[in-house]
Amino acid sequence: MSVVPDRDVALVDLLDRLLTGGVVITGDITISLADVDLVHVSLRALISSVETLIEQ
Amino acid sequence: MADSVVYLYAVTDAAPAEERTDEPVLAGVDGVPVRRVVSGDLAAVVSSVDPTRFSEEALRRSLEDLQWLERTARAHDAVVAGVARSGPVAPVRLATVYLDDENVHALLDERAAEFTAALDRIRGRTEWGVKGFAVRSEGDTSPQVTEDSKPGTAYLMRRRAERDRAARGLQDAAEAAEAVHQEMSALAVASRRYQPQDPRLSGRHEEMVLNVAYLVNEAGAEALRRLVGQQGGQNLRLELTGPWAPYSFATLEEQA
Repeated sequence: MSVVPDRDVALVDLLDRLLTGGVVITGDITISLADVDLVHVSLRALISSVETLIEQ
Repeated sequence: MADSVVYLYAVTDAAPAEERTDEPVLAGVDGVPVRRVVSGDLAAVVSSVDPTRFSEEALRRSLEDLQWLERTARAHDAVVAGVARSGPVAPVRLATVYLDDENVHALLDERAAEFTAALDRIRGRTEWGVKGFAVRSEGDTSPQVTEDSKPGTAYLMRRRAERDRAARGLQDAAEAAEAVHQEMSALAVASRRYQPQDPRLSGRHEEMVLNVAYLVNEAGAEALRRLVGQQGGQNLRLELTGPWAPYSFATLEEQA
C-alpha cells in the first residue's frame, strides 16, 4: 500500500475547511451541524487548555 | 451490527478504470485503502471503517479528541488531495458515514445533477488560501514626555501611546487587507471568507486580519501568487496556502 505523505498543512487551516467547508450531506450516521460548530468551539478551549498545561 | 460502515471522502468523475491504473492506492482513515463506489458518471471515494468507532456517539466523543481529530482530518485530506491529482473533486465534510455501499450508491443517484454541477464548477480550478497578519510597526516609540513628568505619568503615557499605535496599526492592516482582498477577488472565480483564526490556534502572535479562500484557474493562481509575493504594504504580511482541493467551493447548497 502506498501512503501519501503528509503535506505541510497547518491543522487549523485544514479544520477551517473540513469542519466548515466541504459538501454537506446527511450520512446515515449523523452528527448535526450544530454539534460540529460546538466542536470548533470546544477545540479552541481544548487547545488553550493544552497550552496552559505546557506553560505550567 | 455490520462488520464495517462506509466513510465517504469525496465525489469525483467516474473515469474509466483503465485511465486510473497508474494511480497509487490511497490510504484513508485508519490506514485502510480507499475504493470507489460508481454510479453513472460519478464515483464516490470511500473506505470501510469500524462501526463501533464511527457510531454517532463514538464520533461525538472522538471529535473532542484533538489527536483523533488531527489524524482523521489529515487522512481525509490525503485522500482528497490524492483524488484531486487525477480529476475534479468535491470533498465531503469530515466524518460523513454511511451504513453500506448501497446507500452511497443511492446518494450518487439522487443528487447526481447537483454533484455534476459542483464538479463542473471547480473543474480545472484550484483553491488557495490567503491569510493576512497585522505587522506591529517598530519605531516611533518615544512618547511625548517632558523632563519634569513624574515616572508614573511617563509610564502611563507610554502605555497609552503604545496602545494607540497598536490600534492604529491594526486599523491600517485591516484596511490594507480589504484592498488586497478586492484585488484578489477580481482574479478569482469565487472567494469565501473564513473567520480570522484565534492566535492560540494559528500559533501566531500577530493578529489575523484576513482569512480567505479563492477559487482560481491556472492564470489566476499565478497572478495570486504574484500578488502575495508583493505583500500588501508595511502594516500587512500575507501568507499563501495551497493548492487545496476546492473544499470551500464544491458545495451543493449554492445550487439553490
